[in-house]
Amino acid sequence: MDKPFAITLDPGSSLANHTGSWRTFRPEYVDRLPPCNAACPAGENIQGWLFHAEAGDYEAAWRSLVENNPLPAIMGRVCYHPCEGGCNRQHVDSAVGINSVERFLGDEARKQGWKFAPPAAPTGKRVLVVGSGPAGLSAAYHLTRMGHKAVIYEAGPLAGGMMRFGIPKYRLPREVLDAEIKRLTDFGVELHLQTKVTDVQQAMKDGFDAVFLGVGAHIAKRAYIPAGDANKVLDAVAVLRGMEGHDAPMLGRKVVVYGGGNTAIDVARTAKRLGAEEAIIVYRRTRDKMPAHDFEVEEALQEGISIKWLSTIKEAGESDIMVEKMALDDKGFPQPTGEFERIEADSVVLALGQDADLSLLENVPGLVVEGGMIKVDAGMMTGHPGVFAGGDMAGNERTVTVAVGHGKKAARAIDAWLRGEQYAPLPKPEIATIDRMNSWYYSDAPKTMRPVLDIIRRQSTFEEVLGGLDETNALFEARRCMSCGNCFECDNCYGVCPDNAVIKLGPGKRFKFNLDYCKGCGICATECPCGAIRMVAEEN
Amino acid sequence: MSFQPVKFYQTGTFTVGNRLLPPEERSVQASTKRFNSINSGHRACQGCGEALGARYAIDAAMEAADGQVIAANATGCLEVFSTPYPETSWQIPWIHSLFGNTAAVATGIAAALKVKGLTQNPKTRVVAQGGDGGTTDIGFGCLSGMFERNDDVLYICYDNGGYMNTGVQRSSATPPAARTATTMAVGLEPGNVFGQGKFLPAIAMAHNIPYVATATVADLRDLEAKVTRAMELRGARYIHILVPCPLGWGTASHDTIKMARLAKETGIFPVFEAEYGEVKAVLAIRRPLPVEDYLRPQKRYAHLFGKTPAVETIAHIQALADKNIRKYGLQARKEGH
Ligand SMILES: Cc1cc2nc3c(=O)[nH]c(=O)nc-3n(C[C@H](O)[C@H](O)[C@H](O)COP(=O)(O)OP(=O)(O)OC[C@H]3O[C@@H](n4cnc5c(N)ncnc54)[C@H](O)[C@@H]3O)c2cc1C
Ligand SMILES: Cc1ncc(C[n+]2csc(CCOP(=O)(O)OP(=O)(O)O)c2C)c(N)n1
Ligand code: SF4
Ligand code: SF4
Ligand code: SF4
Ligand SMILES: [Mg+2]
Repeated sequence: MDKPFAITLDPGSSLANHTGSWRTFRPEYVDRLPPCNAACPAGENIQGWLFHAEAGDYEAAWRSLVENNPLPAIMGRVCYHPCEGGCNRQHVDSAVGINSVERFLGDEARKQGWKFAPPAAPTGKRVLVVGSGPAGLSAAYHLTRMGHKAVIYEAGPLAGGMMRFGIPKYRLPREVLDAEIKRLTDFGVELHLQTKVTDVQQAMKDGFDAVFLGVGAHIAKRAYIPAGDANKVLDAVAVLRGMEGHDAPMLGRKVVVYGGGNTAIDVARTAKRLGAEEAIIVYRRTRDKMPAHDFEVEEALQEGISIKWLSTIKEAGESDIMVEKMALDDKGFPQPTGEFERIEADSVVLALGQDADLSLLENVPGLVVEGGMIKVDAGMMTGHPGVFAGGDMAGNERTVTVAVGHGKKAARAIDAWLRGEQYAPLPKPEIATIDRMNSWYYSDAPKTMRPVLDIIRRQSTFEEVLGGLDETNALFEARRCMSCGNCFECDNCYGVCPDNAVIKLGPGKRFKFNLDYCKGCGICATECPCGAIRMVAEEN
Repeated sequence: MSFQPVKFYQTGTFTVGNRLLPPEERSVQASTKRFNSINSGHRACQGCGEALGARYAIDAAMEAADGQVIAANATGCLEVFSTPYPETSWQIPWIHSLFGNTAAVATGIAAALKVKGLTQNPKTRVVAQGGDGGTTDIGFGCLSGMFERNDDVLYICYDNGGYMNTGVQRSSATPPAARTATTMAVGLEPGNVFGQGKFLPAIAMAHNIPYVATATVADLRDLEAKVTRAMELRGARYIHILVPCPLGWGTASHDTIKMARLAKETGIFPVFEAEYGEVKAVLAIRRPLPVEDYLRPQKRYAHLFGKTPAVETIAHIQALADKNIRKYGLQARKEGH
C-alpha cells in the first residue's frame, strides 16, 4: 500500500487490544432476593409482579402473582403485609404500598373476569383436602395446577373458613371472597360442602392418594370467670360466626370484650356496628404488648371503642363486671394489684384464642401433637406418611397468608411424595439489602394513601372501611418499587461503562458483559440502582 | 435546566435509560445505536472518568450532527490512551494537535471546511477537546483567541484537576489543598495553594460567546442536553466537564461517578449553563452534603484527615463551596411528583 509521507503502518483499531486481561475483579449479573419476597409468608414474587404492574400490564402482573397465591383480592384486604415491613423503600421515604397494589390487581381481575391459566396434564392422582379455609384452598389450587385432582371436604355450609366466619365484612366483603372461591372451583377444584370428616383414614378410602388437612382452630379458649346466671358470657368466634346467619347476635347496649388479639378488636368493632353504645376491650397488659396490630387498634379507637389496659375480669355479675387492675413486674408480666373496679356490661365476649379440633385424627398412627398443634416436617407432612397439614392447626403464626403459604408448600411436597420423591426447596439467593443498592437513582415519591370510609358509616354499617386505589395511583404506587436485586433494565450499566464492555441484548433480554474489554473497574456494580451486579475476584 | 426532567417514572431521568419511557425520550447512551465514538480497547485506567466523559460528549455531538464531526485533540491522557500509533479507539475523524494549540487547530479545520463549502450540506461540525492542563494552562491563549473571534467550534475541556498523563502534576485547575506530584503534602500548607483560583467557565463567559456550560459524568442526561444545545448553535461554544481520575485523586475505580456526584452535591463544582455571558440555568443540589463527604474518600486530601484533622483548611474549602451555592443559586429544591 502507498503510504503518505512519514507513515509506515496501517491504522489499526484498539479492538485488537484486549484490555480484559487487566481485570482482577469480574462483574456478574445476579438476581438477589428482594426483602419483600423474603418476608411474604405466601412466598409471592412481589418484585416480579410489580415489574409488570409498573409497565401498566396488570394482567401479566396478576398472572405472575397468582403463580404463588390464588387469592389476591382477599390478600389485598386482610393480609397484614409483612412484605411492607421488609420493603427497602422505607429506607428512602416509606415502604411501597404492596398490599394496595395487590388489591388493585385482585379487583381488576374480578372486573375483567381473568381466569387461571389451564392446569398441567392430569396425573390421575387424587388428593383429599379437609377444610376450605385459606390453607385448604391454596393447597387445592396448587395441586390442581400440577395436574392432580383436588377434592375439598368442608364441614360448614359455605367455603372460606375463618375468612367467612371470622373476619368481618367491613374488612372483607363477601362478594370478594365468593368471587375468588368461584374462580377456584371453575378451575377444577372440587368442593363438597356440609361434609365433615370425622375419621381421616376412613375418608381416604374414597380413592385418595394423599390428604391435606387444613381444619383451622375453631374451639374457643375459655377463662374461668364466676358468673351469675343472668349474665351473658359468649365466645368471640361464635359471635362472629353468628354474623353470617340470619339473626345477628344479641349483645346489648354495653359490651365488654376480653382479650388483646385481632379477634378482640374485630368483635368490639362488630358490636359497635350492631348498635352497642359502648364497646370496651379489657386487656391484661399494655398497648405495646398487645398482639393485635397497631393499625387495627388505631382504627378501633377511631370508631369509639375504648380499651382498658392492665385489667383482668374477676367476675361477671348480672349487669356489670368486676375488673382487677394489674401492674407489670420486672419481667413484663402482669401481676394483680388488689384494686378493683365495676364496669356496666350487658354481655362479655371472650376473645382469648382458639384451639384446633383434632378429633378426626384420633386413630391415625405416627401423628405428633405438641401444644395443641400438629407437628409437621419442612414439607408440611405429619408423622403419618401421606398425611399433610397446614394453616392454623399446624403453626403459631395464624394468618390467612401463612395458611396460603402452608398450602402451597404442602402441595409441592405432596406432588413430590406422589412421585416417590423427597421435597427439596430451592436454595434461596442472598437478600438484596439496601446497602447493596444505589438509591440515588430513584425519584422522590411519597406513598399513596388508600381512601378511608367516613367515621359515621364505619360506626353504623358493615361497609368496607378501606377503599382501593384507582388505575393512576396504583400505577404510581407500583412504580415506587425499586426492583431490589433484580435488573429492571434501566440501562445504567450499559451507559456508565468507560470501556463499552456491556452488551445490551434488547427489551426483556437484559445485558451481558464483554469480558474481552471489561477492565473490572466496578462502576457498573456501584451504579446499578437495584444491586443486580456483583464483583467477584478473578481466580489465578 | 436545558432539558425537561421526567418527574416520576420510577427512576425518572436519573438513570441512563428507563424502560418506562418512550425510546425517543431516553438518553443517547441508552441506545444500542449509539456511536461509541471512542471504542473498547483503549488504554485508560480502570474506571477512567475522562474516557467515559469523552464518549458521553462526543456520542451526543455525533447524534446531533448526524455523524458528521471532526475532532481536534490536545496531548493528554485522552489522546495517549486512545491512540498509540498506529492504533486508535476513535471511530470519528480525529486529529491530534500539540499540547497547547488544539483550539487553533480546530479553528483551522473550521476555516478549511468553510473554504471548501462543507459547513452547509453535509454540515460537518468541529469539536476541540483537551484536558484541564491543555485548556487552562498551555492552551489558554489559543482558546481565548478562538472565543474572541467566535470561531465555529465546540471546545470541550475534560477537567480531572491535574496533568494526569505525565504523572499527576499540578495545573491551574488543581483544587486547593490537593496533593499532586508538584504540590506535595508537606510544609505549613500541605498540598496545592489556595491561590486566586482560575475557573475557566467564568472566563469563557467573560468572552460573551453564545454558549458556556459545565457538566459532570454523574448527570448524563444533563450532559447530553448541553452538548445537544451547543450543537444547535454556531460560533464559539465551551463545555467544561468534571471527570474524576481514580489514579490522580486516589479514589476507588468503582467510585468515579460517585465522586462526580459528590462534587456537584456539595457545591464544590457548580453545574450550570450560560448564553452570551449570562447564566441561564443551574442543576440544583438534590441532597445537600458537607464538603468533607467529598474530600474524605480521596487520597489526594488524606493529609486533611490525619491524627489532627485540618479543620481550618476543610472550613476554607467549605466556604468556597458555600460561595458557589450562593453565587449560582444551587440550593436544593423540592422534587415533588
Ligand atoms: C376474627 C378473626 C379475624 C381474623 N383476621 C385476620 C386478618 O385480618 N388477616 C389474617 O391474615 N388473618 C386473620 N385471621 C386469622 C385467619 O383467619 C386464620 O389464620 C386462617 O383463616 C387460617 O386458615 P386455615 O385454612 O388454617 O383454617 P380456617 O380458615 O379456620 O378454615 C378451616 C376450615 O376447615 C373446616 N373444617 C374444620 N374441621 C373440619 C372437618 N373435620 N371436616 C371438614 N371440614 C372441617 C372449617 O369449617 C373451616 O372452613 C383472623 C381470625 C379471626 C378469628
Ligand atoms: C509543549 C508540551 N509540554 C509538555 C508536554 C507533556 N505533556 C503531555 S500531556 C501533559 C499533561 C496533560 O494534562 P491535561 O491537559 O490536564 O490532560 P490529562 O492528561 O490530565 O487528561 C503534559 C505536561 C507536551 N506534550 N507538550
Ligand atoms: S422496593 Fe420493591 S422490590 Fe424492593 S422491597 Fe420494596 S416492594 Fe420489594
Ligand atoms: S464498568 Fe465496564 S469495565 Fe468496569 S467492571 Fe463494569 S463492565 Fe467492566
Ligand atoms: S444497572 Fe440497570 S440495566 Fe444494569 S443490571 Fe442494574 S438494573 Fe439492570
Ligand atoms: Mg488533566
